[in-house]
Amino acid sequence: MALVEINKDNFDSKVLKSESMVLADFNADWCGPCKMLKPILESISNENKDIKVVSINIDSEDELAEAYNVSSIPCLVLFDKGMEVKRSIGLVSKDAINDMIGGK
Amino acid sequence: MYDIIIVGAGPAGLTAAIYARRASKKVLVLEAKSYGGQIINTLDIANYPVEAHISGFEFATKLYNQAKDLGTEFIFEKVTNINDKEHEKEVVTTKNTYKAKAVILATGADNRKLGLDNEEELVGKGVSYCATCDGAFYKNKNVAVVGGGNTALEDALYLTDIASKVYLIHRRDEFRGEDTTVSLLKEKDNIEFIYNSNVTKLNANDRLESIEVTDKDGKTKTIEVSGIFVAVGRIPENENFRRLINLDDKGYVIAEEDCNTNVEGIFVAGDNRKKEVRQLVTATSDGAVAATNAIKYINNLK
Ligand SMILES: Cc1cc2nc3c(=O)[nH]c(=O)nc-3n(C[C@H](O)[C@H](O)[C@H](O)COP(=O)(O)OP(=O)(O)OC[C@H]3O[C@@H](n4cnc5c(N)ncnc54)[C@H](O)[C@@H]3O)c2cc1C
Repeated sequence: MALVEINKDNFDSKVLKSESMVLADFNADWCGPCKMLKPILESISNENKDIKVVSINIDSEDELAEAYNVSSIPCLVLFDKGMEVKRSIGLVSKDAINDMIGGK
Repeated sequence: MYDIIIVGAGPAGLTAAIYARRASKKVLVLEAKSYGGQIINTLDIANYPVEAHISGFEFATKLYNQAKDLGTEFIFEKVTNINDKEHEKEVVTTKNTYKAKAVILATGADNRKLGLDNEEELVGKGVSYCATCDGAFYKNKNVAVVGGGNTALEDALYLTDIASKVYLIHRRDEFRGEDTTVSLLKEKDNIEFIYNSNVTKLNANDRLESIEVTDKDGKTKTIEVSGIFVAVGRIPENENFRRLINLDDKGYVIAEEDCNTNVEGIFVAGDNRKKEVRQLVTATSDGAVAATNAIKYINNLK
């Protein structure tokens, strides 16, 4: 299943005010490693129903990217109750993401 | 038990898989991250025969699908060790152990670091190894590029269109990269060349703020930049095999064009092999040679 696209209008409700933890994938269309990460994130999303995996395009959502000091992509930020709790930069394995979110 | 285990799903490993599967061997590819290898970082490949232009992502995906459709098995685990039990090789990953008659090491290369104290913690906070990935974050900012090869020159060229100023720092007084790129760079008015110098310090306050550069006479100066793009070459990913496989002083697997290592039944293919030209065509070529010799080796067993 495709990841939910986040923009500055739904960021508050879908990410910050989310009941569950949110894994936000900051990415761009021109970034090769980001494209490699997409299918991995989709399978993480399918296998971990208690966590929301969302996508944030840094070109259209440059304000969000700036607010969270993103300056290298792909960049994964894990949010819990509106707070950033973990961050990882670059292409990472599925196992590493599972470790990050405490999944299986 | 597999016939052939291939370590690494970059261009060399995937090509080896194609050849091995077409010879009906049972093939497993073990990959630490995601398929494709280094090439996924580039936006445009313009020197691979047949396709005039193709993105690294598309190249990698097509190659992966080709290997997969032929029946290659893929498992995404990092290989940490290999044990040679003569006609049986044990390949140990972070999670499991797999067995095969032959192994092909196609682990490629990774970015060489500057080796500065706080370098790692500043990745994503000003330190980058990929201009095409991260350049866009430095619009109208000052950046530095370190290195003297093609990657450094191309990174610098790419960044002159984005950043307000680019400092190109090179430890020699001449570039190793292509002359055409050098002349294109010399036409730009927002680039400054700093020769005979090394970056010796990264000054940061949460994010990178400036760098210290030391020239060959030991004179230092501080340059204010918000980003530094490191392009000082690559290092082979062979450390996990050092116990078993002969490596040269730079860490590359010692093997001739036949791709045979010092251990019978273990072959090497791609950028992690000792050779002159490290490109896609030579990586895929190694993949074909290593697979062919591995197949021959297996058929001659028993
Ligand atoms: C920015 C950039 C641009 C480039 N542009 C071009 C170009 O235009 N044309 C060209 O011909 N070449 C280009 N190259 C070079 C080309 O990408 C390489 O020569 C080629 O990718 C080498 O292939 P490989 O399979 O040997 O290694 P790699 O591509 O490095 O693949 C090795 C794979 O092995 C995996 N691996 C490593 N260690 C382990 C382990 N212990 N366990 C499991 N898996 C492991 C890695 O994760 C990786 O996926 C470029 C390189 C870069 C970095």
